[in-house]
Amino acid sequence: MTKKVLYLCHMFKIRLTMHLLSKIYHFYYDGFKNMKLGKSLWLIILIKLVVMFGIVKWMFFPNHLKTNFDTDLQRGNYVLEQLTQTKEN
Amino acid sequence: MENELALVDWSRAQFALTALYHWLFVPLTLGLTFIVAIMETIYVKTGDVWWKNTTKFWMGLLAINFAIGLATGIIMEFEFGTNWSNYSWIVGDIFGAPLAIEGLMAFFMESTFFAVMFFGWDKVSKGMHLTSTWLVALGSNLSALWILVANGWMQHPVGMKFNPDTARNEMENFWEVLFNPNGVSKFLHTISSGYVLASLFVIGISAWYLLKKREVLFAKRSMIVAASFGFLTSLFLLVNGDTSAYNVAQNQPMKLAAMEGLYHGEDKAGIVALGVLKPEEEILKDPKNPFYFDIEIPNALSFLAHHSTSAYVPGINDLVYGNEEHGIESVASKMQKGKLAVEALTDYKKFKKEGNDQKAQIALASFEKYQHVMGYGYLAEPTDAVPNVPIVFYSFHIMVGLGTWFLLLFIVVLYFSMINEIENKRLLLMLTILTLPMGYVAQEAGWIVAEVGRQPWAIQDMLPVGMATSNISTTSVQITFWLFAVLFTALLLAEIKIMFKQIKIGPEGGH
Repeated sequence: MTKKVLYLCHMFKIRLTMHLLSKIYHFYYDGFKNMKLGKSLWLIILIKLVVMFGIVKWMFFPNHLKTNFDTDLQRGNYVLEQLTQTKEN
Repeated sequence: MENELALVDWSRAQFALTALYHWLFVPLTLGLTFIVAIMETIYVKTGDVWWKNTTKFWMGLLAINFAIGLATGIIMEFEFGTNWSNYSWIVGDIFGAPLAIEGLMAFFMESTFFAVMFFGWDKVSKGMHLTSTWLVALGSNLSALWILVANGWMQHPVGMKFNPDTARNEMENFWEVLFNPNGVSKFLHTISSGYVLASLFVIGISAWYLLKKREVLFAKRSMIVAASFGFLTSLFLLVNGDTSAYNVAQNQPMKLAAMEGLYHGEDKAGIVALGVLKPEEEILKDPKNPFYFDIEIPNALSFLAHHSTSAYVPGINDLVYGNEEHGIESVASKMQKGKLAVEALTDYKKFKKEGNDQKAQIALASFEKYQHVMGYGYLAEPTDAVPNVPIVFYSFHIMVGLGTWFLLLFIVVLYFSMINEIENKRLLLMLTILTLPMGYVAQEAGWIVAEVGRQPWAIQDMLPVGMATSNISTTSVQITFWLFAVLFTALLLAEIKIMFKQIKIGPEGGH
């Protein structure tokens, strides 16, 4: 008896989750489908993100300390060296 | 040396370019989200569908601004890692927490509720939709909080301790960092200035409709909401401006002196309401008269800086060369102490490496004694501690002058809107359109005061910009500078073009 109740509860939970996921999916699907100006804006966002992360970040903006050193100890030592060099700016 | 200067200058120019462009988009989002939320609240309260359409129109323009401005700030994070790696490493632990919270908040709160705000009309309940709109407004403004907490810390470092073993500042008190008076007043000043800009934006576009004799009711009602919002936030800005000036006077007196073009300190110092600065060579000969002409409000600067009309306010020369009578230490003296701090840090590192703990502890004690002025040890001349005075002075006065004009404009627009005469005041309508770009000028001028005014410091008194940069080639920074100039200009042109198109379509065009 208890097993049967538990099974029914489990099935009900799964159905509820599926129903919720389906509602969320349709919410976004309909939202994107019915967009007018939004479509152009999404295109601009996508182009921009590709340019920024795919080209600009990858080609021109390596993380200086992460690229040149393997450990935080090395990075810390390098910055300490920079700070303690007698360098006039 | 020349190469180092070029690298620092190009890195600064690149950061300034990205920050200034980024700031063309952000303040409008900060303010317009609230105006849209207010309009939707009226819709929900009255049930008048006309307000729903009005809300949807301004929401469409908000979406354009949001989409074009989205991720422009990420470029600055790229620059931190590449051009400013020393700085990033040194501030890492302080910036890490606020920026991580900002990332999470911006991503989860804004993006989730943004979708409900745009896709949720007629799909979720009115209450749920309104809650989402308010949460987008709160979320975008809270995102700004974390960025400004980080910026406030750079201008007034509190709640941290420098670890000489790792070369990083480590957070000791999160609440001290969060409630740093400099950060809090900066946050309030920044977001409320965004509200003013958004109000000018709504009023300017509404004025255009009225001049074209289109969408008259829509324009008049939008104007009442925007002028009320702009008026209230301008009043708040006045009070908050006083708090900001007080904080600057306590923590960054050099910035305050530059903002006012005050070279020679005085009791009962006045505020220069309007003035034209002489060239630097002439000021050096006669620092008591730095202006060709000026209109001064007596005692106002003393009151603003110290909340006493007779208080002494130090000038640039007092801060550079010291003033014994008022207990002001000279930059030369701080430079000596700063050099001692750098030497002590060098010794500490050396003794630690040699395993001589006793000597290392003596060096550490010496470092900790002078650590608060360590940055002065890297300056070549005492006058290096002075920011570019004309830029700071004129930017500050442009910002204050325009802020005053906006307040007057809001009052006049609100008055004529309330008596239902606004559509007949063509000159006033044209003035409101011309004032909209001035709103952006005021925004940028404010950031120039904040950031140029704190030079030469990346972290106030502790790290000059020259020590904060990475050891990379100047050419690569120059290339990316021009790359960004093109990219951001293209984005700005796209924004203007799409905005204009949507405004011409009008409120009936949907989103």
